[in-house]
Amino acid sequence: MHIAAAPYARRRRRNRIAMGLSVAATLFGLGWLVLILGELLWHGFGGLSLAVFTEMTPPPGSDGGLLNPIIGSLILTALAVVIGTPVGMLAGTYMAEYGRYAKLTIVVRFINDILLSAPSIVVGLFIYEVMVAPMGHFSGLAGSVALAVIVIPVVVRTTEDMLLLVPNQLREAATALGMPRSVVVMRVAYRAAKAGLVTGVLLAVARVSGETAPLLFTALNNQFWSVNLNAPMASLPVVIFQFALSPYKDWQKLAWTGALIITLAVLALSIMARVLAAQRRTS
Amino acid sequence: MPPARRRTVADVALQGSVMAGVGEAGARAKVLDRLRLNDKAFRHLTRAAAIAVLGLLGGVILSLIIGAWPALQAFGFNFLIEERWNPVTEKFGALAPIYGTLVTSFIAMLIAVPVGLLIALFLTELCPQFLRRPIGIAIELLAGIPSIIYGIWGLFVFAPFLQETLQPFLIGLFGNVPVLSALFAGPPYGIGMLTAGLILAIMVLPFVTSISRDVFEAVPPVLKEAAYGIGCTTWEVVRHVVLPYTRVGVIGGVMLGLGRALGETMAVTFVIGNAHRVSASILAPGTTISATIANEFTEAVGDLYTASLIALGLILFVITFIVLAIARYLLLRIERRIGG
Repeated sequence: MHIAAAPYARRRRRNRIAMGLSVAATLFGLGWLVLILGELLWHGFGGLSLAVFTEMTPPPGSDGGLLNPIIGSLILTALAVVIGTPVGMLAGTYMAEYGRYAKLTIVVRFINDILLSAPSIVVGLFIYEVMVAPMGHFSGLAGSVALAVIVIPVVVRTTEDMLLLVPNQLREAATALGMPRSVVVMRVAYRAAKAGLVTGVLLAVARVSGETAPLLFTALNNQFWSVNLNAPMASLPVVIFQFALSPYKDWQKLAWTGALIITLAVLALSIMARVLAAQRRTS
Repeated sequence: MPPARRRTVADVALQGSVMAGVGEAGARAKVLDRLRLNDKAFRHLTRAAAIAVLGLLGGVILSLIIGAWPALQAFGFNFLIEERWNPVTEKFGALAPIYGTLVTSFIAMLIAVPVGLLIALFLTELCPQFLRRPIGIAIELLAGIPSIIYGIWGLFVFAPFLQETLQPFLIGLFGNVPVLSALFAGPPYGIGMLTAGLILAIMVLPFVTSISRDVFEAVPPVLKEAAYGIGCTTWEVVRHVVLPYTRVGVIGGVMLGLGRALGETMAVTFVIGNAHRVSASILAPGTTISATIANEFTEAVGDLYTASLIALGLILFVITFIVLAIARYLLLRIERRIGG
């Protein structure tokens, strides 16, 4: 026993160190979340007022709000979802319903997963090349399309995953009633996977509403009120970028407030998506 | 769902069973024809959408190549190894941004990989059951925070903090050590490659963590129980059973995080300092591919300048594509093993 005691103690000690490190790592990770959210509240909360939601972005040195970038962000995001969701859902439907074992599906899944994490600034360059350059000017529409390119892979992925979760017996029962495949998909599979499909769209909205890089040279920015899709359009992330890097204190303050608004919106969306997904799993 | 289609389906049943008469067969055939047509149309529509996803990738690559062509033609291979970036004389080289991208991502992975693995270890082996989900979600929320938030936080909070604490400490600590003194040379600017790398580490941490956790959880309990049964400590089980079993998946997760780090734009743009030079010191300001594009693209005058920036984008896309493709391939392999 005496001989075994020393290595035993050493193994215990090593184990304790490793476990201690893993607890420390977790606290370290959680610490950043608390720190970032805390700073955000600290700097941004003071600036929250009615004026933020009712007034335009000011020139440096005077008061103002974030109305035009907020509206701009809402328009850009909504349009991106409107453009991206149908394409994504149809592609996901093909992969889960029609071509479940097809070669095309394997290739599309692989490429889609890469697009899912592709650098968003490259998407901005892509849309600049195919839309902004030929049209000759920056536009809200180009910004929306750029965001839609980011929406598509998110929706494809969740649609496929959620449709694959639908039990095959449902499809078989519907088919046995004589329903054609398209009706089975739309009336049975979509309905069974509804919560999951909505989750996918919510996740996509959460993803794009904070995106800045693809908007920099597509929608650009607009100091004034504009809902014209054919003209440059303000958006919250781009305004934050511009204001935060400016030397003016009041602009920086507005940037913090904008950052707080975006973060709260994005976190609310992703928590909502999670709750919805969790409900699905337990029901 | 349009009401018209709902009626169509009902009609089939109705006509088939109840209605009788001269037109029955004809009407039925007509309805079936329409259904068949709809079916075919829907099928082709979904297929077209799936192909459109491929087209998206093709479009991105093609448009980048076309956009970058003037620069590629003018500079050729030298574009990759030339440090100069001079808009006035129109001499462009990508070495500094490529170097900055690789260095910041390397710093990020150096921190995020061990920390991420340890968190995954905590979540799968140590954490009480009721805390697993909340802590897991909290870590994943780090990935949900938009990158611009990391940027503004990094610029106003994190960089000044580093300038006053970590950076002077590092300079003092390694100032007289031969090789390391070059690595930590120069005044503490606050912003620079180290700061960018650290912020990237926080940003990719959730990716490394969640994939490692997923693959750790997929280890058959029998293997772990057998190891515990012969008296292994938790660390030994993780070190000698879990990690070897999940190696491929973990590497996949790391590559996925790396892909993110390489392409991250906004957070880096705020804190990198935007200096087109290759410096040995990680405290010095530098630039990355994405930060250069974000900063200069709208102000670029002249075709060659724009084309050079697009060429940078092309390089970034190729690098991340390769890294992400490897990641997906590895994850696919482990998925197959777990499934089979």
